[in-house]
Amino acid sequence: MSAADATQLGRRNDRLRRRHAVNRGMELLAWLAAAIAVAILGIVVVSVAKRGASQLNLDLFTKTPTATAFTLHPVAQGISNAFVGSLVIVGLATAFALPIGILIAIYVNEFAPGAVKNGIGLVLDVLNGVPAIVIGIFVFGLLVVGHGQSGIAGAFALAVIMLPLVARSTIEVLALVPNTLREAGLGLGVPRWRTTLGIVVPQAVGGIVTGAVLAIARIAGETAPLILVSSIAGSSVAWNPIHALQTVPVAIFQLSEEPDPQAHARAWAAALVLVLFVLVVSLVARWFATRSRRKLQGAR
Amino acid sequence: MSTLDTTSDVPRRPFSGRRVRLGDLLLQGVAGLAALGATVLVGLIAYKIVEGSRLSISTFGLGFLQRVGWDPVHNLFGAETFLFGTAVTSIGALILATPLALGIALFLTELAPNWVRGPVTALVETLAAIPSVVIGLWGILVLGPVLLNDVMPALHSALGFIPLFGPTSTGASVFTAIIVLTIMILPIVSSISRELFLGVPSELKEAALGLGTTRWEMVRGVILPYTRGGVAAAMILGLGRALGEAVAVAQVIGSFSGNGISWNLFNPGNSIGSELVNEFLNYSTTLELSSLFYLALILLVFSLAVNLLAQVIVRRVARRQGFVS
Repeated sequence: MSAADATQLGRRNDRLRRRHAVNRGMELLAWLAAAIAVAILGIVVVSVAKRGASQLNLDLFTKTPTATAFTLHPVAQGISNAFVGSLVIVGLATAFALPIGILIAIYVNEFAPGAVKNGIGLVLDVLNGVPAIVIGIFVFGLLVVGHGQSGIAGAFALAVIMLPLVARSTIEVLALVPNTLREAGLGLGVPRWRTTLGIVVPQAVGGIVTGAVLAIARIAGETAPLILVSSIAGSSVAWNPIHALQTVPVAIFQLSEEPDPQAHARAWAAALVLVLFVLVVSLVARWFATRSRRKLQGAR
Repeated sequence: MSTLDTTSDVPRRPFSGRRVRLGDLLLQGVAGLAALGATVLVGLIAYKIVEGSRLSISTFGLGFLQRVGWDPVHNLFGAETFLFGTAVTSIGALILATPLALGIALFLTELAPNWVRGPVTALVETLAAIPSVVIGLWGILVLGPVLLNDVMPALHSALGFIPLFGPTSTGASVFTAIIVLTIMILPIVSSISRELFLGVPSELKEAALGLGTTRWEMVRGVILPYTRGGVAAAMILGLGRALGEAVAVAQVIGSFSGNGISWNLFNPGNSIGSELVNEFLNYSTTLELSSLFYLALILLVFSLAVNLLAQVIVRRVARRQGFVS
């Protein structure tokens, strides 16, 4: 081997070493990015858990807030009125959005011609893209102007947010139901409506429920529209959605804006309850979803 | 699909006559009505927002977009401060979130050992499930003080010659809002990118590696060019999410319009969303209410434009590459 060859080889080795160093650096950055994401989640969850757990007691759920001299919004004791209000509003919103969302999915999957299908898909995307605060203002203009705030207006706003979520997830599971089942039903002379409601939908019911539960978890934490249409509520427990009802996310928002550390303590406790609810519900739903999807795909 | 169109010259079989069944008609009618309802709803949203802002539109016209200041006493309203705040916070968040999200996606598709992939993917998606009001609460009570005491002074002393990193004043600032929005859009951008990276044909990746490239050179030469369009769409969707986020931003941005157009990120500011959350129930004149509707209209137009743009890109990419994502 001549000297010239050796230096060339050395240069090549240098280049190779540099390329590997760059590669190692980039891999490190990717690891770091993932670590940062997991750390952020950890920090948020731990700070909510740490600050919330010490404040978490039965009073939070059973007692109503009482006004103190220093604060705009009542803080002391518990926020049972907010839990009741959230239950009523989210329940009503689900009752509005779930059947309509499923019907839309049935229409898209079982009846609509191709062009209409795409059109409705676009409508759902657009609806999904409308910011929650704008939906709140829409409902304000539609139901609150002239009538005042109400739990019903809040439920309607949340239903508008929930509708595209339910419809989308139901469309996805209905599309997984094998066509052979539809053909078998129709071939036996079962009318189309009974094939759909009696064979296709029951096959997909697991996925539909999962989608609905995930959507409920999503709207339970929705705050912006409720601030506009159902936030000026009394501090006693109320079930009647004709009037404005306090809700958990709005309570967290109002308490976080207070200067009083007592109020912040309540806010952390309420946030812990909300986060636990949302996380447990979404994890269970996700686990259930992978299970029922595997079953559906296995049947294919 | 399964309804066969019988042509006239084929004799009809006794069972498959196209008898109109009442039940079929009913289900199709009711389901079609629901779909029509969703379509009408979208139109109604647009109509109500436009109707509400009509007074402000006729008073201020498009000049509303350029006017600085929100003055109920003299009935003069302008959107520029809020437009500026919204633009700075959401673009800032996008700049911070994109490299992080791509890093996460590359880690999850190319680097992570199998037992890490599942849990980390689930954790990143869990981040998306945390309600924005809770992120906002954390942002103002935990993140804000940390940024004010440690991060902002360090950035100011190191990069203070850039007007963005001016003197610090409060933990509730535009910068805090950018960090909070970054956290909120990170899961969207990273989960879409991850799916795109998974869709890159392994022949291409193996061909590059077989030519002797390092893993990073393969990412730069194969994966990123192949998914360029989709990643752009993911970024645009993240931007749309950041534009429309109101509550968390209202909690952390300081909701102060007195600075007007200030490039110092460490000052408190205001965005369209935060102004709507804070002022909507406090309006004093009909013109102010109408101007708030006008702000909502601007937000609606921007987010729809952004979302449609992302859809168009996604569809084009899907058609070109022959896979449906």
